[in-house]
Amino acid sequence: MPVDQSLVGRVFPPTPRLEVSEDRVREFVAATGGEYAGGPAPATFPIVLAFDAMNAFLEAEAIELHRIVHGAQDFVYERPVLPGDVLSATLTVASLRQIGGNDIIGTTSEIADATGAVVCRTSATLVHRGADA
Amino acid sequence: MSLETRTFTITRADLVGYAQASGDHNPIHQDETVALSVGLPGVIAHGMYTMALAARAVGDWFPGAQVVSLACKFTNPVVVPAEGGVELEIAGEVKGTEGDLTTVALTVTSGGQKVLGMPKAVVRA
Repeated sequence: MPVDQSLVGRVFPPTPRLEVSEDRVREFVAATGGEYAGGPAPATFPIVLAFDAMNAFLEAEAIELHRIVHGAQDFVYERPVLPGDVLSATLTVASLRQIGGNDIIGTTSEIADATGAVVCRTSATLVHRGADA
Repeated sequence: MSLETRTFTITRADLVGYAQASGDHNPIHQDETVALSVGLPGVIAHGMYTMALAARAVGDWFPGAQVVSLACKFTNPVVVPAEGGVELEIAGEVKGTEGDLTTVALTVTSGGQKVLGMPKAVVRA
């Protein structure tokens, strides 16, 4: 079933706050084959928050995660993520179109720190593979 | 200016680790049956895992530099076999500098095929 067109422009509630600990960053660095020596989190770390926001959106719309394939991702940083940051992501559905039985869902997530200052803006293109695709 | 090409190997165990660290537990990155059921050629790497390795290469090329922006399209899936692994090659080219900003165009291939579309990073060096 195609995703509801009226979703475009919908802003989802901010995700639960994530406290970025050194251990959390170390785990992420290790999972991408590196060794953490302190300092900023890797550039793609904000996906942890963006993914959390996306999951909440998919659950709210009863979209099955295993039918989602990642189409594109774009990060623009105001500053690096640092241990000690307390972050939350707010997701907006930016666009929606149907191509060949698939939904192409564009989302933007704003990741802000505890003061409300934006740390990173990230946009994702999600391809929702229809049952017949 | 060309940057030194980096090569990484991706295994199924890496995908399990990345799922844990990132929170992305989509079964298409773990379970062959699910991946095939949605028309994929097999278990595929998280696009974000490939992008994380690309960011790692950028970090190796510009140690300590702040990443200002990072973007790519996921144009071809990286199929990860159950046994052994698949190689990912990350090449980079400095496209230009403006003030303290350097733009890097990457080429990310697996088995000779480009897997990312227009991967690009801007760093403050």
